[in-house]
Amino acid sequence: MTAVNDREQLAYIASQAADARVNLELEAEGMTLNIGPQHPATHGTLRIVLELDGEQVIKADPVMGYMHRGYEKLVEVRTYPQVTTLINRIDWLSGFANEVPFILAAEKLMEIEAPERAKHIRTLLFEMSRIANVTLFLGDMAVQLGAVSPVFYAFRDREYVLNQIEAVTGGRFHPNFDRIGGLKDDLPAGWIEDTKVAIQKIYDFCDEMEDLLVGNEIFQARTRGIGIIPADVALSYGLSGANARASGIDWDLRRDSDVGQGGGLAYDKVDFKVWTHPDGDSFARYWVRLQETREACSIVEQLLDTIPSGPIMAKVPRIIKVAEGEAYVATENPLGEMGYYVISQGGLEPFRVKIRSASFSNMSITPWLLQGTYVPDVITILASLYFILGDIDR
Amino acid sequence: MPSADDTQTADDAETGSDTPTDEAREGLLAILSDELGDALVASHLKPGDDLWIRVTNESWSDTADYLRNRQRFRFFDFVSAIDWMPSPYGRSLSAAVDDQLAEAEATSDEAAVASEDAKTGTGADGYTGGDTRFQVFARVYNLTTRLGVTLKADVDESMSIGTWINTYPGAAWQEREAHEMFGITFTGNADMRNIYLPGDFEGNPLRKDYPLMARLVKPWPGIVDVEPMPATENPEDAS
Repeated sequence: MTAVNDREQLAYIASQAADARVNLELEAEGMTLNIGPQHPATHGTLRIVLELDGEQVIKADPVMGYMHRGYEKLVEVRTYPQVTTLINRIDWLSGFANEVPFILAAEKLMEIEAPERAKHIRTLLFEMSRIANVTLFLGDMAVQLGAVSPVFYAFRDREYVLNQIEAVTGGRFHPNFDRIGGLKDDLPAGWIEDTKVAIQKIYDFCDEMEDLLVGNEIFQARTRGIGIIPADVALSYGLSGANARASGIDWDLRRDSDVGQGGGLAYDKVDFKVWTHPDGDSFARYWVRLQETREACSIVEQLLDTIPSGPIMAKVPRIIKVAEGEAYVATENPLGEMGYYVISQGGLEPFRVKIRSASFSNMSITPWLLQGTYVPDVITILASLYFILGDIDR
Repeated sequence: MPSADDTQTADDAETGSDTPTDEAREGLLAILSDELGDALVASHLKPGDDLWIRVTNESWSDTADYLRNRQRFRFFDFVSAIDWMPSPYGRSLSAAVDDQLAEAEATSDEAAVASEDAKTGTGADGYTGGDTRFQVFARVYNLTTRLGVTLKADVDESMSIGTWINTYPGAAWQEREAHEMFGITFTGNADMRNIYLPGDFEGNPLRKDYPLMARLVKPWPGIVDVEPMPATENPEDAS
């Protein structure tokens, strides 16, 4: 009996050791998973190298640059009016909003102020770009969770706003409409009424999304408590916009900067609420953006009713030379704080332009944030941070 | 948290006491020059607009730490670099356009803007001056007082400066970008891989002496398209 027992015991020990070795080997090697660069969840060409232990992420390393176009170099050989054509393509879903901070920086250096009507229409188009941009997020977030239909509604309803932007600027995505000292053109006849109709469609869309998603059990399970960013961490990583506000940071450059309050954009003329959420998780980021879209609709409605009369261009020299100096102007773009640090040496072209794009800073938190999460949540977290590749790669 | 009354907040930002004023920036500058001492080399204040300070290369990291932890500049905006050398390839606009410009300038009243020869030859330019070709600059923000500060520091031939990642972890990627674009090493930041460019890329594209080949091969026509259409290039051939 003892012999059998010994044999059994040895076999047991050997099998345990073998198991342990297998586990050890698996643990030590882990697994490296490449997400992207061509992955539907990455909205372009972001690649994330994940080191996994089972389903859990040990280390996340985003690799970007697949779409780097070198705008900071290219703008150094272009005149100020030519720059807007390029920077339209940074955040391609809200082209007009990209132009504004650069134009405002140039105006600041030239000490030119746009007329009231131009500021007003600028703000109007800025908010419509925001709607066009964030609408897509509201639908796309559901796709990342496996619900395909909301994104079709998003594409459908975004079109109403894009049509209105196109009616004014001639471009759906790249308006190239903002000018130093004002705007290229005035609003077309009948546009205000048409826009009011379009805005109603967006209100309906927001209600539809809220019905479809916010109360949905699966949506809540996949987003609540996932990817929590504490406020202090958010700030030291430079998170801005809705990502910061979803962590409870009550900060909005539309309200809290001189530029937003009449120094270029006419947010001082409208009543709006800055939405925040204390949770800081994926759900909070979705919820804040949903409320902001509604708020943007209300801002557009208020602006439509109060467009002042007057010229749309200030007196600007025919050939634009920008006085020597440095200026940093940032605005609250759909993705967060977008700013241009412009250094001029008194020439036709900027000497150096530092583009502070929101998504680049927003994504820099991912190595910290993705650590310890599970693979399916990686996709939700990335979607909820909401980045545009052009805004990361510039 | 959402503020209860949005009208109130909008009014606050416009007329309230925390709107940035000159006194606020001057007070901040006084505190900074007091506490930073010798580390603060130069400063520039544009009333109602912005504040620039230049600190020594050695105190770059400590200044970030001081600003975040003592002055509550919690929000990290960006870190980047500047190459102050005038481009050896000259101004990019072609001679034809420059002629037009000279013509336009002679006939217009707006000739007061600084012209090309205002550029200095060597060393840093800009609001806070400097002695080296390269400078790093960064921006941080205090959300309570609503004041932002732009910091600058000289980078000498050793091309190295302290890192900010221990204070603002968000600086990690920005420093990687400055490293590949300008060749500046941030000591203390171990991850200095290229962020945008391929790993084996040679050169530092945002340096002024790095040629933009597309522009050198074919000069940009400039403000107006002065290039003739192929058919009209040689009228004798066409006829």
